[in-house]
Amino acid sequence: MMMIFGKPAPLLFGQLLLGIINGSFYAMLSLGLAIIFGLLRVINFAHGALFMVGAFVTWGLLHYLGIDYWVALFAAPLIVGAFGLLLERGLIRFTYKLDILYGLLLTFGLALVLEGLFTNGFGSSGVSYNGPDILSGTLDLGFMFLPVYRGFVIVAAALVCFAVWFTIERTRLGALLRAATENPSLVQAFGVNVPRLVALTFAGGVALAGFAGVLAAPLYSVNPNMGSDLINTVFAVVVIGGMGSIGGAILTGFGLGVIQGFTEVFYPPASSVVVFAVMAIVLLARPAGLFGKAA
Amino acid sequence: MSDASMLNVRGLNAWYDESHVLHGMDFEVREGECVTLLGRNGAGKSTTLKAIMGLVPKRAGSVMFRGRELIAARPDVAGRAGIGFCPEDRGIFAGLSVEENLMLPPVVAPGGMSVADIHTLFPNLAERAKSAGTKLSGGEQQMLAIARILRTGAKLLLLDEPTEGLAPVIVQQIGRMIGEIKRRGFTVLLVEQNFHFASRMADRHYLVEHGQVVDMIPNHELPTRADSLHRRLGI
Repeated sequence: MMMIFGKPAPLLFGQLLLGIINGSFYAMLSLGLAIIFGLLRVINFAHGALFMVGAFVTWGLLHYLGIDYWVALFAAPLIVGAFGLLLERGLIRFTYKLDILYGLLLTFGLALVLEGLFTNGFGSSGVSYNGPDILSGTLDLGFMFLPVYRGFVIVAAALVCFAVWFTIERTRLGALLRAATENPSLVQAFGVNVPRLVALTFAGGVALAGFAGVLAAPLYSVNPNMGSDLINTVFAVVVIGGMGSIGGAILTGFGLGVIQGFTEVFYPPASSVVVFAVMAIVLLARPAGLFGKAA
Repeated sequence: MSDASMLNVRGLNAWYDESHVLHGMDFEVREGECVTLLGRNGAGKSTTLKAIMGLVPKRAGSVMFRGRELIAARPDVAGRAGIGFCPEDRGIFAGLSVEENLMLPPVVAPGGMSVADIHTLFPNLAERAKSAGTKLSGGEQQMLAIARILRTGAKLLLLDEPTEGLAPVIVQQIGRMIGEIKRRGFTVLLVEQNFHFASRMADRHYLVEHGQVVDMIPNHELPTRADSLHRRLGI
């Protein structure tokens, strides 16, 4: 058997794959968090819960309405985004003029409420969801076997991340968002309805979490805590990448997934803390994060 | 010049938190005019412009723009109505390129300057289109800040101290620019500390003290009243 650094190659590639998969979710979720934080200055603790809602909506669409995965891929983010719009207009917007902690506490409370509701409805072990048949099976890459669905998740996540990056960095809508992040009142004086932009940005950010939830549904068990399991790591990713940096959130997400995957091979006990160790080191060396601009 | 009042401000009061900054400003700007607000630091000139846009926490009185009351309107409504605002700090966005800064304000009415015209008037902005907005020199940033509101079709421009902190040669350039803007039929409300600059640009001057208009001086009377004005402005 081929060995790399004293480890069997299939094990190494398997962990690399797992790392990239996890990194896909880190990237998609931290992207939404970074966009929301950038414009709203709200640390959205409900992000993980909305990811979970996305997975449950995917399951519910099939289970109750017979709507399949491919429709859910578009419908679930829309539903989660619409729910986010209601949350922003109904609750979160009242925290903008207050200390940043109020937004954090509100969204933290929302996360607990959502998780509690889904635990009541479906139990803490959750439900299972089978992905589309066409994506089942594995692909022989020569050096390893790739489950087709996992390959699909990586490609879909990469495409969505690129689309979001492109929208924000290269389009007029993105320029408005970046400008409103810097100086919302001036952008509003130019005639832009900034409150509406803010509401739609929140909806878009949580729709990304919803999309990640759809991708996750066939991969993990769909359960009420699937978001909170992930979100701690995702917050570390955002801090490492630099608050509010879009490209930084994407690269850091994938990068840390891979680092975590390899740690699993070389020193398994450290795999759950390695992200936080990296965070501590980065904060010491670059307090604004790897890609953040010093305030 | 037509006599139609484009902007009519009556009894304008403004507050920042507990401090009452404007105490009943009364003035008007007619179509095609260039009018300045003169006054010492802290007299409330910049706050007046912000209060017209709705960018102060609290205000009262009346701001009529082309027959429309804006006192209760959000800033974006004032912007959409056709008022272009150029803030004192110029408000160039660091995260946007020069071109993105220029193209950022949405077009609110037909009749704005074309990008080609703007680039003829400000060749530097075309040369440095891809640079970050804040990489420009202070003078170039000021030109960009004015240029981007010429594009939108706004008919009334509120310019807050466009010459502040700029070298004399740049001030002259800004002066030529504002002259050109006037020739093109824009109406300008200018806040200025630079008395000399203001006297070459404006048709009329309002003297502001302690958040109130205390005097109105047509530009042709300026030479005879220069002494008393200098005393009151403390220059």
